[in-house]
Amino acid sequence: MSDGGSQAAVSSDEKPASTPGSAKPDAILLVDGIRRSFGGLVAVDVDHLEFQRNRITALIGPNGAGKTTFFNLITGFDTPDAGTWTYDGRDMGSLPAHEVALNGMVRTFQLTKALSRLTVMENMKLGAQQQRGENLFRSFNHRGWKRQEAEIEARADALLERFKMDHMRDEFAGTLSGGQRKLLEMARALMTEPAIIMLDEPMAGVNPALTQSLLGHVKELRDEGRTVIFVEHDMDVVRDISDWVVVMAEGRIIAEGTHEEIGANTQVIDAYLGRHHDSTLTIDDDNPFLDQPDGSSSESAESQD
Amino acid sequence: MDWATIFENGLKAGIRPEAAYFALAAIGLNIHFGYTGLLNFGQAGFMAMGAYGLAIPVFAYGWPWWIGVFFGLLAAVLFAVLLGVPTLRLRADYLAIVTIAAAEIIRFIFRATDLREITGGSNGINGFSSGFFDLNPFSGTINIGPFDFTAREMWVMIVGWGLVLIGIGLTYLMIESPWGRVLKAVREDEDAARALGKNAYSMKMQSLIIGGLFGALAGMILALSQGSVQPSPTDLGPPKTFFAYAALILGGTGRLWGPVIGSIMFIALLAFTDNLLRQAQAADYIPEEIITGTEVGVIRFVLLGVGLMILMLYRPQGLFGDKREMAFDV
Ligand SMILES: Nc1ncnc2c1ncn2[C@@H]1O[C@H](COP(=O)(O)OP(=O)(O)O)[C@@H](O)[C@H]1O
Ligand SMILES: [Mg+2]
Repeated sequence: MSDGGSQAAVSSDEKPASTPGSAKPDAILLVDGIRRSFGGLVAVDVDHLEFQRNRITALIGPNGAGKTTFFNLITGFDTPDAGTWTYDGRDMGSLPAHEVALNGMVRTFQLTKALSRLTVMENMKLGAQQQRGENLFRSFNHRGWKRQEAEIEARADALLERFKMDHMRDEFAGTLSGGQRKLLEMARALMTEPAIIMLDEPMAGVNPALTQSLLGHVKELRDEGRTVIFVEHDMDVVRDISDWVVVMAEGRIIAEGTHEEIGANTQVIDAYLGRHHDSTLTIDDDNPFLDQPDGSSSESAESQD
Repeated sequence: MDWATIFENGLKAGIRPEAAYFALAAIGLNIHFGYTGLLNFGQAGFMAMGAYGLAIPVFAYGWPWWIGVFFGLLAAVLFAVLLGVPTLRLRADYLAIVTIAAAEIIRFIFRATDLREITGGSNGINGFSSGFFDLNPFSGTINIGPFDFTAREMWVMIVGWGLVLIGIGLTYLMIESPWGRVLKAVREDEDAARALGKNAYSMKMQSLIIGGLFGALAGMILALSQGSVQPSPTDLGPPKTFFAYAALILGGTGRLWGPVIGSIMFIALLAFTDNLLRQAQAADYIPEEIITGTEVGVIRFVLLGVGLMILMLYRPQGLFGDKREMAFDV
């Protein structure tokens, strides 16, 4: 699919209203009344939120806004106190995490989860779905799955090449740098051929030289017909690739809109900068909004990994 | 000192049935711990399932011995499910606690006086193995090189090491497959596996069952080699589990041949130090005031423990582990 074709598809749809919880044409994921508290702290409290199919939606918000918790909830890694959500019309509320993934909704983690003592190639192959050889009884008969394995390997090699990681295919994932692990995790998630891919801070710690090509890959995902939801702090990145921006603060959705609208929204500026800052929020090349405080904290989170 | 005898006895011990059943138990632990990251501290419980499963049908009901084999394996599967259902969804340490406790509970149940008619109570069960030894093709004394074995011992050895080879073959086929890859992924990071659509809980349950089956086979070989099943701590208590772990770590966890090489070395080294100390005593190199005859049995474990510690310091991956895997934090 060409880039131009999908751009046309984007503009042919009418633009959703820029109010929190607005209805979207062809929504793939609908979230209702989802709530999660830790002790007294309400980490997530979202009344209603819709994600449009085949779009790149950025989920932004200050640290501790509840973005990761929100991801955990809708991917089955955490259980909400209340709330329902549907994916492609299916109720996902009671599904365990692996079944969410099997349904085509695949996420990556803010703190990368490279499988250290597996090689890069083994990490990649793990992402492939419907593998005959993953059944215990069929695993013994190596002839029964060798052909599928070869197909999977070819697909993995192509993806590794696309992510410029082909030279590391036989290294243990544990030897990769933080940025390389991010790349591997994203490439591995793509091996599942997801319908929705949810990326939690995919660019954090990635070598700036690679960021551009990574952004290209994310756009390609949309052009292949996938839906992308990603958490990001760097507004340059958000402006560059997102079709829609959702802003979270203190567990709630406080704004939605295109990145131009969000950049002009005073409520968002307050949520991000608080009263201690007096700089204005502008989204342009020489004012990368906020990548400093949040960027550094996600770096430190990375090092705990 | 007769060095030839010391080495000979060490080597002989390394191929005797004891080494074979340790190898089977350690193959099971390798599947649990080495490939899945499950801390099963109750391998002795699985061995008890195999040993009693084999002996009870013959002893209490007079059934043929091969029915006992079936019961032993079935009991191990049930034991694994019983332990796995409540613990495998919880943090890893819960399994460790529950398995060590459950294995001891099992042993106490088997030795309970009320169950004497079925389990033999604290006397255990003797005389269940004649059916098995009726199949023995050997008679008299068999010598292999410098070693002499009785016909019974030889028969248990053949069957025991045969099971070890089959076990290694099956482990190879399983681990070097996509199934094995998922298993290792669960070991590395369960959540990452789940995020890729893998049912981590089911994988852990399968692993617990398979490793437990090897434990049961180990228990059967133990029972057959002794011709009796005893509910004693040394036979089926926690020390058995920890020695099997020691053997596994010695050989290298997560390595196909690690548990086998480790068990051979472990048993051989025990016999070697035992013979060495006794001969040194007999030759008065070690005065009676320092180590008495009865203390030798304990001292060799101390020496082996020190040896294992040194190994962990200089070769944490075990004798046959891959050093690269230790090069980064997991
Ligand atoms: N497991 C947990 N236990 C207690 N508090 C948590 C837990 N997970 C997240 N929180 C809290 O919930 C809030 C939201 O966290 P998070 O979702 O990680 O935010 P974000 O990803 O937007 O930075 C934070 O205040 C955090 O401290
Ligand atoms: Mg986060």
